[in-house]
Amino acid sequence: MHTPTTEPRPSLYYPYEVFKPWLPSQHPAQARQKVVIAGSGPSAMVAALELARHGIASVMVTSELQFSQGSRAIVFTRRSLEILQQVGVADRMTEGGLPWRFGNSYFRGQRVFRMEAPHDPDDRFFPMLNVQQQYMEEYLHDACRTNPLIEVRWGNKVESVTQRDGYAEVRLDTPEGEYTLETEWLIDATGGRSVIRTGLGLPMEGASYEGFFVIADIKIDLPLPTERLAFFDPEWNPGNTVLMHREPNGIWRVDYQLPAGETPEEALRPESLKERIDAQLAMIGHAGTPWEMDWSSVYSARTLTLPDYVHGSVVFVGDAAHLLPIFGVRGANTAFQDAQSAAWHLAFVVKGLAGRELLANFSAERVGAAREIIEEAGKSTRFMTPPTRGFGLLRDAVLSLSLTQEFVTPLYHWRTSRPHEYTHSRLNSQGDDNALFTEGPAHGAPPQNIRLGANNFLLDHLGGGFDLIYFTDAPALPDSLREEVLAARARGVPLRVTAVGASHAVAGADQTFADADGHFRRRYGVRANGAAYLLRPDQHVCARWLTLDANRLKSALATALAPLAA
Amino acid sequence: MTQPQALSVSDLETVYDALAIAIDQSGADKAELFLVKLALLNANALGDLELFKSHLATALADL
Repeated sequence: MHTPTTEPRPSLYYPYEVFKPWLPSQHPAQARQKVVIAGSGPSAMVAALELARHGIASVMVTSELQFSQGSRAIVFTRRSLEILQQVGVADRMTEGGLPWRFGNSYFRGQRVFRMEAPHDPDDRFFPMLNVQQQYMEEYLHDACRTNPLIEVRWGNKVESVTQRDGYAEVRLDTPEGEYTLETEWLIDATGGRSVIRTGLGLPMEGASYEGFFVIADIKIDLPLPTERLAFFDPEWNPGNTVLMHREPNGIWRVDYQLPAGETPEEALRPESLKERIDAQLAMIGHAGTPWEMDWSSVYSARTLTLPDYVHGSVVFVGDAAHLLPIFGVRGANTAFQDAQSAAWHLAFVVKGLAGRELLANFSAERVGAAREIIEEAGKSTRFMTPPTRGFGLLRDAVLSLSLTQEFVTPLYHWRTSRPHEYTHSRLNSQGDDNALFTEGPAHGAPPQNIRLGANNFLLDHLGGGFDLIYFTDAPALPDSLREEVLAARARGVPLRVTAVGASHAVAGADQTFADADGHFRRRYGVRANGAAYLLRPDQHVCARWLTLDANRLKSALATALAPLAA
Repeated sequence: MTQPQALSVSDLETVYDALAIAIDQSGADKAELFLVKLALLNANALGDLELFKSHLATALADL
């Protein structure tokens, strides 16, 4: 019997709602589902919302009755906000969030490095936005529960999964006992401790780093801007690293590394937390400022991934698929990209618009992204928590030199989470003009947002299917191209046409942007009528042409939906 | 491959003495840190990754 707590979790700022468990006795016998999503975190809910956007219903099962305990993920990147915009919750995120773009690294009281994340005028969202995970989950959940294609089952814990021929049997435990749910597809978004992954006996590849970090959220009034603060080798914690972030609601995140040999249990004792947080506050000149503890936890850095995210009927996303170091805000920010990717690939397979090989492409692209992140994160992690004496000496030498020598300071760089570019994706068109462009997003890249006017950006108008951006000032799309667009739609392929460069509505396009000053065309490297970009349902570029014709569009759509096996 | 003679013998002798004195100055517990800082400074001045890697290999030999 699964009996999740019905007591609201403690919090100084977030009023937890306890949801009612879904009980099998109150519902008729369960038909086989198309898609079941296990988990209720960021990747689970983004997957459900994105699937619904493609018309696919899903049942979300979660062992919990409440949102995440503690703030957990607090820093969300621009690309994450762009993905959250696609599923309709970006406005709520930005309303309550704290935007920022500067990071500071300190050593011996001196600021030795200042990171400045660029903020392009064409971007709607800031490079970073701080929001506590409970709020983000609440916004996503509000979107899920008002969506008729999503059913959320609280208090339903996955016990085991059995792969059958073409479907999976999911054994679920509830506060009144177990039941079985059959589903053609199961998305595992249950996080780092996934029992689905371990139950299927799937090993992860990669490394675990020694050394623990405490994460503590404290309520305190500090007169400091929203910027990342990193302190290396502070006197109160020699050889180790301390990080601070401002969160909404008067909360600050303090992360600090534990001395070698100290256990998480010792570190989380209230006296130990108090002593260290007081020491940190004293070091930044705010000794004696009153504070209250909200939540604390311990983590260690790991760089692990499954080598394949699709096994039979089970699709893995987020921390269930990989464990990434949190330096560089890679947890939830990677999970959003996984979920968006899994959802559109799976939706096209469920709808019969593509075969299973499209899901293999999801796996190849996202495993590739995880490996790239692991490679990058490994560099930051080796600087933050040197794994050997040699790495420790190099880190200390860089700290020491950085007081006077600027050439070493790029080594402080955080290598913040960024969207993966699927440069060599099998979905990229082979016969297009990608290599002939000198500007604009290339094969596999996420799109460059464009400011179209006050509070009006390109990405506000894209998504939900393929997007063809066609550059022209003619009165209409060429007839043959229009026919090809209609033929794709007749096959069930969602394809929106956006015309750019005409002061009048272009016949055959779903929407037209005038681009009177030519800025859009410049950023996309377009010099003449007839050029075009084709964006996949996750808005990554899969083809671009200096001159598009019907055959080239047909060929690009075919490649994007029926990739040849590698 | 042996390094070409880039320093005059008298300069090499000065480097020899100066480096020994600096190691002693850094103190027993900071000598390694000092040498790593020096290596990074020299690597940056060298401006040649492949040459630096060959120096690593040469210095690792015959320890």
